[in-house]
Amino acid sequence: MLSHLLPGLASLAKRGLAGWLVIFGGILVSVVVVMTIVSPWIAPHDPSAINVGQPLSPPSSQFPFGTDDVGRDMLSRIISGGGIMLQVAILSVIVCLMIGVPLGLFSSHTGGVIDRFVSLIMDSVYAFPGLILAIAIALVLGRGVINMALSIAVVYVPSYFRVIRSQVLSIKEMPYVEAANAAGARKRTVLSRYILPNVVPSIAVVATVNFADAILTAAGLTFIGMGVPVNVPDWGWDLTNGRRLLPSGAWWVITFPGVMIILLALGFTLMGEGLSELLSPRLEQ
Amino acid sequence: MTLRTYIISRILLTIPMIFILLTTVFLILRVLPGDPVLLHFEKMENPAAMAAMRAQLGLDKPLWAQYFDYVVGIFRGDLGKSMQDYSPVAQQIFSAFPATLELAICSMIIAVLLGVFLGVESSKAYNKPKDQVIRVFGIVTYAIPVFFLGMILQLIFGVGLHWLPVGGRISPTMEPTGLNIGNLHFSTGLFTIDSLLEGNIYKFVLTLKYLLLPSLTLGLVLCGIFIRLTRSNMLETLRLDFVTAAKARGLKESTVTYSYALRNAFLPVLTMMGLQFAMLLAGAVLTETTFSWPGLGRYLVDRINFRDYTAIQGTVVVFGIFVSIVSLAIDLLYAYLDPRIRL
Amino acid sequence: MTVDALTVEYWTRKGKIRAVEDMSFSLEKAETLGVVGESGSGKSTLGLSLIGLVPFPGRITKGKIILKDKEVLKLRKDDLRNLRGKEICYVFQDPMTSLNPVKKIGAHFVELIRTHEPQVTKQEALKRAKKLLKDVGIQPERLNDYPHQLSGGMRQRVMIGLAIALNPSIVVADEPTTALDVIVQAKILDLLNALRDAYGMALILITHDLSIVLQRSDRIMVMYAGHMVEYAPSIEIYSNPKHPYTQGLLKSIPNIELADQKLEAISGSPPDLLDLPKGCRFWPRCYCAFERCRMEAPPLITTGTEHFTRCFLYEEGRKA
Repeated sequence: MLSHLLPGLASLAKRGLAGWLVIFGGILVSVVVVMTIVSPWIAPHDPSAINVGQPLSPPSSQFPFGTDDVGRDMLSRIISGGGIMLQVAILSVIVCLMIGVPLGLFSSHTGGVIDRFVSLIMDSVYAFPGLILAIAIALVLGRGVINMALSIAVVYVPSYFRVIRSQVLSIKEMPYVEAANAAGARKRTVLSRYILPNVVPSIAVVATVNFADAILTAAGLTFIGMGVPVNVPDWGWDLTNGRRLLPSGAWWVITFPGVMIILLALGFTLMGEGLSELLSPRLEQ
Repeated sequence: MTLRTYIISRILLTIPMIFILLTTVFLILRVLPGDPVLLHFEKMENPAAMAAMRAQLGLDKPLWAQYFDYVVGIFRGDLGKSMQDYSPVAQQIFSAFPATLELAICSMIIAVLLGVFLGVESSKAYNKPKDQVIRVFGIVTYAIPVFFLGMILQLIFGVGLHWLPVGGRISPTMEPTGLNIGNLHFSTGLFTIDSLLEGNIYKFVLTLKYLLLPSLTLGLVLCGIFIRLTRSNMLETLRLDFVTAAKARGLKESTVTYSYALRNAFLPVLTMMGLQFAMLLAGAVLTETTFSWPGLGRYLVDRINFRDYTAIQGTVVVFGIFVSIVSLAIDLLYAYLDPRIRL
Repeated sequence: MTVDALTVEYWTRKGKIRAVEDMSFSLEKAETLGVVGESGSGKSTLGLSLIGLVPFPGRITKGKIILKDKEVLKLRKDDLRNLRGKEICYVFQDPMTSLNPVKKIGAHFVELIRTHEPQVTKQEALKRAKKLLKDVGIQPERLNDYPHQLSGGMRQRVMIGLAIALNPSIVVADEPTTALDVIVQAKILDLLNALRDAYGMALILITHDLSIVLQRSDRIMVMYAGHMVEYAPSIEIYSNPKHPYTQGLLKSIPNIELADQKLEAISGSPPDLLDLPKGCRFWPRCYCAFERCRMEAPPLITTGTEHFTRCFLYEEGRKA
């Protein structure tokens, strides 16, 4: 696999700034993912163990990221805290892809009243404040990783739908699709062989942005108390917890988890920026 | 199509969208959970209390009747009763609303002013370091969770430097009362305006002090989009012939940038304001929670913690209607302003 | 005005393009200079460089422009800006896109006048604008209209009006009639000449159409691929064209008096400026190119009184 990866990276680098954005974002994301996966082995302390050190002690050589109010080592919590967010994000993107893409393809390809109707619904959902909708759904479904992922997915399905729909509508007009239809190809064939491959790049762009948004929304849901009720280290949870400790000036409890969330979201955002520029190059002088 | 046709059709379009919104909220919050009263009591069985609540809230009627009551109620301004004390939800929402409105307006102003200014500067310094820095800034601010930024600002300016208050909307007893002339009493609920109406500069300054951090937080996170939009519009507009022609006539650079290029690039910013409004409200929920700002967002979070489903339903509906109306207003304003549509 | 060895390059990602190379000429008071060339010959770039508005990524890399004893290129930004619109004015090619769509015509004039002469009041400026509109043949009521309410020809007149508003010494008109239909073309060109006589300014007419400038200009400069290939009084160009390119241009002008004229086009197409041929830039299309032309680029050679040609045919001691 590595032998395919390196030439791929090289060709990305040749594409100028946009390529570098993708690479850099990809590195950020990969580092976080890998760190989360190997966390049990590299965390200096058990992230959930209390009273490992003096509670609320600032960063020091012993505890580089300080400790929280019950004496847990922040460094270990940072290393291990990405799991929930990544799970929620990945799940929600998968759900979005499984629902949004077929829906978009089907609706735009079918056209007519069905298309108008579905579009109307999608537009309504899209126009609605995302977090609030996610809250409403999470309320109904309950807490937990899967439910949170589903709530977020519902909010973002319209984004995929719209992008795909606009792509399909423009591709539909192209002569080669007309030719295929005239030759009597089945709807399914036309969709999968002609339209889908051309739509994939845009989906990739939407997906990366979706990842970033999902992470931020998950953090937001946790912050208002609708997070996952498990006692695993989670950056979002640390942020919420740290809020109480603000007046005492314990900046390290929120700063490091926050920075991690930013880095992860930023990684995806940069990838998305880079991808979108690679796929639709701006006017170069 | 003429302006009048457009206005009418746009307004007509809003009505079914609001209906879809109402129905969806009803489906999600009333039908899906099954029995909200049960959820409220968190499965702690207490049949008598639950039956009593159901009766009080009209939740024992058949579903279609509830839906009917619900829709009619909304048009009459009745959003149901709170599960906490059976007081009208509409009233609670109405009293919390102005705080959110004020925060939203201020944040949007900051986001647009900052975004447009930086976007213009960025476009003028095309591909130079200044441009790259500003672009990166715009991308990074979008990736910051709004409540994290809020907390950091609180730490720095509130706890660390003691320059600004950490939370709340105003210190108690300092609430502006608005215009009072004899028997005439008028207040908007927006403290900035009310304090000016009252003629009390001290209260005005105080209001701003409390308003600064929350709206700055929200504004910063949102400005990124405006930076990017303004920059790309300006880059396109600056290339246009009439800009070069204006320069050829020896007009001052500031005139050319603002009077020529920006004027023509501004309308998309307006549209974007409308589109971003939903994001603004979502961010407001988090910001209000962070800063203990007594607005609709904090009210929502409050009600969630209390498992007050009827109140939550009412709040979500209000949010939705608010967004629809703002979006309608922006669309109409845009149609009015674009001279090409008019003629 | 004197221009000396002007060179303008575009620094693009693909390489440096020399749009204008080694241009030297002079412009006398109230003289009309015609600049003729195909698209891509660098004539527009030349025009824009005279007011320092070469678009990014272009830059002036060599040369001097001297206007009324001032070196234009060495001026500070603000001084240069003051020159524009006042001493040198530019009329752009496409009137449809050169006016600010959200500003009334009158406002254009007021803004122009008040930028350069801040002491003038708005009413004063409007009065002057009315007179200018009359001079260019537009009814003064049009001051209150927006650009899209005027026809192309009228917009071009407005642009001309803006150009002469402050009584400049030089007006540069870049293809002022290309975007207009033929009848309006003639009117606009006549207008330009009439204004020149009335206001005593010098006029630089940039065009791809040799026929336009043959009659209306005092001197003509022919450009090809960034080089000036011939520079002479227009009578000379008409009766005694020296450079093969100029000759070819003349032959391709339809002459209504000739019954059986065969229009001859110049074979080939302009070179890619990134990939210029070695030697004379015209040799691939020249009917009489010889060995020397392929190797070296010819310098400008004096071939008569005030007649300069860039061609080895006229080298000292060569028989043409």
